[in-house]
Amino acid sequence: MNGLTGGSTSVAAPACALPAGRGRTAPGTVLRVSDLTVHYRSRRGPVHAVTGVSFELRPGETYGLVGESGCGKTTLVNALLRLLPDAAQIAGGEAILRGEDLLSLPERRLREMRWKHISLIPQSAMNSLDPVYRVGDQLTEVLRAHGRVTREQARTRVADLFGLVGLDQRRALDFPHQFSGGMRQRAVIAMALALSPDVVVADEPTTSLDVIVQAQILGHLREIQNARDGAMIIVSHDISVIAGICDRIGVMYAGQLVEEGATERILNQAEHPYTMGLRNAFPALDLDDEKDLLAIPGTPPDLVSPPSGCRFRPRCPFALRVCAEAAPPALSRPDASRVSCHRADEAGQLRRLAARQETWLVRGEE
Amino acid sequence: MRSILDALATDRLGLAGLVLFGIFLALALIAPIAAPYDPMALNYHPDGSLVRMEPPSREHWLGTTRMGRDVLSQLLMGTRPALFVGVVSAVFVVGIGTHVGLVAGYFGGWVDDLLMRITDLTYGIPFLPFALILAAILGPGIQNMIIAIALVSWRGTARVIRSQTMSLRNRPFVEAARVAGAGHWRIIYRHLLPNVAPLALVYLALTMGWAIMTEASLSFLGYGDPRLVSWGKMLYDCYSSQAMFSAWWWMVPPGLAIALLVLSGFLMGRSYEQIADPRLVQ
Amino acid sequence: MGPSGESPQTPVIEARGLVKEFASRGGAGMGRSRSVLAVDGVSFRIHRGETLGLAGESGSGKTTTAKLVLRLLEPTAGQVLHLGGDVTRLRGRSLREFRRQAQMIFQDPYESLSPRMRVVDIVSEPLETNRLAPSRARRERIVREMLESVGLAPAAEFMTRFPHELSGGQRQRVGLARALVIGPSFLVADEPVSMLDVSIRAGVLNLLKRRIREMGLAGLYISHDLALVKHMCDRTAIMYQGRVVEDGPTREIIGNPVHPYTQALLAAAPAVDRIGSLRSPKPEEARDWAGTGCRYAPRCPVASSLCTTERPAGLEVGPGHTVECHAAQAGSRARSI
Repeated sequence: MNGLTGGSTSVAAPACALPAGRGRTAPGTVLRVSDLTVHYRSRRGPVHAVTGVSFELRPGETYGLVGESGCGKTTLVNALLRLLPDAAQIAGGEAILRGEDLLSLPERRLREMRWKHISLIPQSAMNSLDPVYRVGDQLTEVLRAHGRVTREQARTRVADLFGLVGLDQRRALDFPHQFSGGMRQRAVIAMALALSPDVVVADEPTTSLDVIVQAQILGHLREIQNARDGAMIIVSHDISVIAGICDRIGVMYAGQLVEEGATERILNQAEHPYTMGLRNAFPALDLDDEKDLLAIPGTPPDLVSPPSGCRFRPRCPFALRVCAEAAPPALSRPDASRVSCHRADEAGQLRRLAARQETWLVRGEE
Repeated sequence: MRSILDALATDRLGLAGLVLFGIFLALALIAPIAAPYDPMALNYHPDGSLVRMEPPSREHWLGTTRMGRDVLSQLLMGTRPALFVGVVSAVFVVGIGTHVGLVAGYFGGWVDDLLMRITDLTYGIPFLPFALILAAILGPGIQNMIIAIALVSWRGTARVIRSQTMSLRNRPFVEAARVAGAGHWRIIYRHLLPNVAPLALVYLALTMGWAIMTEASLSFLGYGDPRLVSWGKMLYDCYSSQAMFSAWWWMVPPGLAIALLVLSGFLMGRSYEQIADPRLVQ
Repeated sequence: MGPSGESPQTPVIEARGLVKEFASRGGAGMGRSRSVLAVDGVSFRIHRGETLGLAGESGSGKTTTAKLVLRLLEPTAGQVLHLGGDVTRLRGRSLREFRRQAQMIFQDPYESLSPRMRVVDIVSEPLETNRLAPSRARRERIVREMLESVGLAPAAEFMTRFPHELSGGQRQRVGLARALVIGPSFLVADEPVSMLDVSIRAGVLNLLKRRIREMGLAGLYISHDLALVKHMCDRTAIMYQGRVVEDGPTREIIGNPVHPYTQALLAAAPAVDRIGSLRSPKPEEARDWAGTGCRYAPRCPVASSLCTTERPAGLEVGPGHTVECHAAQAGSRARSI
């Protein structure tokens, strides 16, 4: 579809459980993140914004990174894109893309990689579009900065990209303020896709948009991804958005990846209590669903001194003493999903309990 | 209040300004005791001759004036009018300016128009000539100087506070107060004033520096209070004695003192602005 | 300004043909007209113990409608009635008396509390302005009770704090305490949880629901999220560009949407139980409303020429379920895309 093949291998990945190890990416993996850790400097001490996160992206996959404010998902993707503020510091880990570690690339190589191999759709299009240049020109600039492209080639490509994201090609000569919010977001998506990068990171791509426009854009993203070999990470606090278009979901809490797996599995057969709680906190449009919304009491932990053992323990209704003493092990399941919980094997039973509000009101050890 | 001191303390320059101001304040308080001589008294050598325009010596650390007066004592006593004019004027200026800004910014409409036209008028008044005329009419004197400064200088503060008020008045918490039943004046004093206060305080510090400069200027021009020992007057005396380039010990200390005190006001204001300016605060 | 004959049937709040026009100086971007009709003839009734949901996207006029009903804005035309009495043009003391009855919680927890006031002062403000509980000690006692009733316990810990020392969820609870402290009969909630984390929302919403029920309030719940509206509201009105295009019992609206816009909203609403089902709706051409006929016509998949010339009248399509749509009138149910 309009020459969107990504630069990576086009072999479909086998669904096997790969433990997160260091080193080069295995064939079939576009991006491998191992043990990524990021600290923020603060007056009270280092804030452990991201701790030991590992995951892999496969070609053509849409991966949803879900979590609430403060869980570290934005810090994580900013680390991958090397867009962290000065007060933040990558304290460990690797992110291997095309055999190179994104986290330790020198500035020049980084500039070559950006837009061409990894790009960003920011949360607010206003952060990406320069108000004094025409939209088409801004897209052209991205194309020409990364390779020799003639004017004619660039114009054709811009027209193709506009069509891809559902924008009228004649509007390429407009300025950003002449676009509506939804159109601006589409333009920014076009920019991110311009060079067919291996990985596109979408940071809350539809948060400020109306419901119908949001649905359109998400639908487009899904179509685009279906035709593409590159991977996409969608970061969102809204599980329902993620549920709509992602193949796999990673759930983050307090800086850690607590559970990961196929969308259907995560939403309907969660194994981590936080995922269970989060799932039940979203209202369903189904008329037969009469149950009350679930609230998870308490607040996320202070990341300057996170709780010992499992970070979710203070809010977890199923916490045992071992949860305070030892960090939960990362378990890999046969269906390639992963979960970090001491009681993951009891998930079926716990899920039933988690669906009831009373369970959550009585916290603590059994 | 504590947050103000905290804010100043975190910025090294602000801290420097605060310390500097504190030194002047302390000097002003102890000046009568600390000054070795009566600043207006003529000093004589043991042999009866005037200690006229003598460079710094052990008896007179900063030397003497043409009339034999001790420069150091004059310098010390000069801290009082400087601070007095500075602080009192600043309080008046910021007081008037803040109120005008709040009322204009909140009510808008004809009230705003009226107040802003008045403000515009004051912009049209050149300050120094106005102060001179006022001094000529009311007579030289420190309170008239304060009046002159206060009458004209509130315009800058008024404009800035008005802008900030206008941006605040549509914020949800003001609407919430209205829903809670608050009337106009309650909203202005209870909700808006505390939020514009930081900016007003910045202007307080800056105005203080400016008022001190102004007092010095007026005194230097000869329109100051002749009975008062002020730094500006010292410079005036020095100038009219045609000693500006010969008696450096007479000219430099008051000039330096003015510069340092104004600087302290500026540093404090600038440092606090970094905390107070809502645009800079995330 | 007493209520004119209150009976169980008298709605607590009634809006009749509310219109609000904003004069804009030099339209920006899209619009060419000089004034904006944010609300174009909205009417509804809310009875005691009932919650009406006002759903729509940005620009639908739902927030403006709420402000009109609360008299934060004055309507260009139309009336607002409280317990049968006209409150549309009140001022001064009578307006303040109405304010005692009608309160609001705001969307933005970070902006709706005065940043330099302590919690105790924020919550006691309605008491002070309405001159209830003249003594400070009594006010503090009332505030303490209110804070506990919204789940901020022990109250003593929260009384002296400033808003920036509280989390988003806690701030919304303070806002709720402030709204309820003088015992209103009508409460407007403007997207009260849209800026809160998901796991916190349920707590605030369940609290809101409980208090509305306990106090027998009439509620107006504004949201763009239909799933939340379904959860909170007995009846729902769907707004589009200043008009109510469909309204009725919530279950009816969600289960049997008749207006094409309602159908589009429901199809587009993301929900957790719809995994991978997001279909990309057909791209719309951005055509402006011609000024006559139905406002939705430029975007409507089943629009006919009648729709562009004549404004549809309200049609009852079920018990308490009204739609403004020519296609519905034609008897055929408008199909979704």
